[in-house]
Amino acid sequence: MMDAPQIVKTRPLLIARNVSKRYGAVQALQDVSASVYPGEVLGIVGESGSGKSTFLRCLNLEEDPDHGSYTLDLPDVQGNLFDLDRYARRMLCATRIGIVYQNPHLGLLMKHSSSGNVAERLLIAGERRFGVLREKARDALDASEFPLDRMDAPPIELSGGMQQRVQLAKAIALEPALLLLDEPTTGLDVSVQALVLDTLKKLQQERKITMVIVSHDLGVIRTLSDRVMVMKGGQVVEEGLADQVFQDPQHAYTQQLVHAKL
Amino acid sequence: MSLKSLTKDWEPMSYGFLDASAKREIRRKTLKAIAVPGCQMPYASREVPMARGWGTGGLQISCTLINLQTTVKVIDQGADDSVNAASIRRFLSRVSGAPTTMDTLKADLIQSRHRIPEEKLREDQVLVLQVPNPEPLRPVQPNMSIARQMHADADYGRMWLQLYEQIVRSGRVMQGASYPSLVHGRFVMTPSPIPRWDVSKMHMAKHLTILSAGREKRLHAVPPYTRVEPLVFDDVPYQVEEHQDLTCARSGAKGFFMNEIPQDDGSSTYEVSDSEFGVKTIRKGDGEPVEIGATWYHAGEMTQ
Repeated sequence: MMDAPQIVKTRPLLIARNVSKRYGAVQALQDVSASVYPGEVLGIVGESGSGKSTFLRCLNLEEDPDHGSYTLDLPDVQGNLFDLDRYARRMLCATRIGIVYQNPHLGLLMKHSSSGNVAERLLIAGERRFGVLREKARDALDASEFPLDRMDAPPIELSGGMQQRVQLAKAIALEPALLLLDEPTTGLDVSVQALVLDTLKKLQQERKITMVIVSHDLGVIRTLSDRVMVMKGGQVVEEGLADQVFQDPQHAYTQQLVHAKL
Repeated sequence: MSLKSLTKDWEPMSYGFLDASAKREIRRKTLKAIAVPGCQMPYASREVPMARGWGTGGLQISCTLINLQTTVKVIDQGADDSVNAASIRRFLSRVSGAPTTMDTLKADLIQSRHRIPEEKLREDQVLVLQVPNPEPLRPVQPNMSIARQMHADADYGRMWLQLYEQIVRSGRVMQGASYPSLVHGRFVMTPSPIPRWDVSKMHMAKHLTILSAGREKRLHAVPPYTRVEPLVFDDVPYQVEEHQDLTCARSGAKGFFMNEIPQDDGSSTYEVSDSEFGVKTIRKGDGEPVEIGATWYHAGEMTQ
């Protein structure tokens, strides 16, 4: 059953305006703007080097853009987040933003236990009860469909798909307002990829998490996103509803991209 | 008035071995460390006639604080009579002329490696601990620049993660010595490799503790009456070594930190690790008029 269409009255959760970033001679991002509404999934597609990962890193406050503004519409979060100091950034990232990297080495402590990786988030947020840490880590791992009998195995002993699930559990442990996914399924084989996407889809439906997902794989974007942004050379070349962009691509590059899919 | 009347005669060596500028450096940094409890202060660590890692940090503090009225006690792993303790004690008295003692109650300045004496220290006593590694974050963050930022941000989540990992893996906290502790609710410090048994002695203690690492060139301090709380989970209580029920085979003292002495038949006997405390207990048992001070632990329980 589809709900009857309604006029969107909510304000966007995330608004990024004119984000630019230059690495030496390379203009990685040029005036990229995006807004994401609560519960929505925004997909960002583009070829390697199009600036999509840089944009995501900016949204995770890991990277300082040259200029631009970034706001999150949350009760106790005000102003341009790029202006926050190191301490405020860390607290905001730990409690409000979850991220899953393509490379699990970036997001996980490989030699600590998987549950410990999830618990770290809770520890940063100030949880000091072992029992609660354990329980919440278990819940988060369960939600990301990680086999619980391996919850104390270090990620280095786990398969790629499992590592991504640990990252996902870590990202959702504190029920963040925003979940960022940087090529979450790249490097996994097709069947595992489908399983991880299933989990993501399920999580999205159950928890209505606002997501920004970056991928060069149109299949992934098509499966998950409501809206799509196509990037090329650090600029947004096309933006629209997922179906609309994939069925009726307007920009030459998007047409090429859609047709290139085997 | 000539310049000569204002200055001292030339001497082949400075009082207390260190030259005046070295002592000034250490005094300044010690004051700073006392002002910010638990915060590591870098200082210009000098050469002393001892290898780095053998207590050069503690020795420099002692050389700076010492004067003719200071009675010095030196402890090495609880013992006053080990080679290291005896050599440092002899060195200190030779370069300063200060009297030495083994009795904790009579000492003004106590330089120690790995132990805090069993008898309570007073407000007028100073404890100097030798520290091999002053950075509690080193096991979790090898990059010292980032570790400094973490101290600045009070970002100690990783320390608790370490404890979490130990409990998950072994069922209990495995950290034996150098148990990370929160000083004055702000900085996490490593209390030098003292056993868990001794960490509680620092909490709200009457004496000043100065912890100095000569090789790492950093010192920190716990001023009198300062909170020192070992990092623990709210629902996993802090446990000291299980020495409550052990009895010293030589002195009969019970409920203190013990050294295990393996026997030929595979069993073990124990003797009090604080050697002078053991000696005093024996002498008191023999009827000699020996004064034994109040101890931190009573029947194996911490009293405060």
